[in-house]
Amino acid sequence: MKTIMVNGNSLKWEEEMNIDLILKRKNYTFKMLVVKVDGKLIKKTEYSKTFVQPGADVKVIHLISGG
Amino acid sequence: MKKSDFFSAHDPRIIPILQNAVIGIAGAGGLGSNIAVSLTRSGIGKLVVADFDKIEPSNLNRQQFFEDQIGMPKVIALLENLNKVSPFTKYQVHEIKLNPENIPLIYKNVDIMVEAFDKAEMKTMLIETWLAKFPNKPIIAASGITGWGKNELLHTRKIDNLYICGDEETDLQAGISPMAPRVGIVANMQANLVLELLLSTK
Repeated sequence: MKTIMVNGNSLKWEEEMNIDLILKRKNYTFKMLVVKVDGKLIKKTEYSKTFVQPGADVKVIHLISGG
Repeated sequence: MKKSDFFSAHDPRIIPILQNAVIGIAGAGGLGSNIAVSLTRSGIGKLVVADFDKIEPSNLNRQQFFEDQIGMPKVIALLENLNKVSPFTKYQVHEIKLNPENIPLIYKNVDIMVEAFDKAEMKTMLIETWLAKFPNKPIIAASGITGWGKNELLHTRKIDNLYICGDEETDLQAGISPMAPRVGIVANMQANLVLELLLSTK
């Protein structure tokens, strides 16, 4: 089975897997996120057109108000 | 006070490294004011702090300000308080709302950036701006600091040059601000990480 890593956990890779689909599969509904794929920052406007390859290392950082 | 007296209880090997460091702090509220006080006591050479807000009574539950400073711009009151702690840190303060255009100008000379905003939108904006403009300089952010207790959930996560301190899960209820102990702990986790990064790279 082909996989990607999301925040250090393995997730099944799918054809045409973009950032929106990854967030959906992980049930991430957070509003304010910073997303990095293989060390590269992916802005919100690029989520739908950024497709990941098997083995990709995805980091999702959830920013919560309070300070 | 003589400089040698202020630093007499510091490890002498680290003093020049700390005194040569320039640290940026974005926000002077619950996180920023606590971070600035800790880094000043640590003997950091220069702090660059920006915030556009004024002190309100509700800020005194967690921020390093005093009742007679209510109404003052936070950066001006912070400057006043930091100068009382130590004259051996230089302070550059900006009373300004940070945005993607002015962040690279104000913080271009810092060695490490510390995110100390209240709102998630501002945290995201700063991190995205920083990673795009200064990918090789560390940025230390905070996420999930509200409430009380749950010490065991607080942690630091490293993603390349981005570090996140907090529990990354406790969300803020509308109209309820964080409390002094937990915001103070996370602010000091951020300040502690500044020292670690400075002292491990040299």
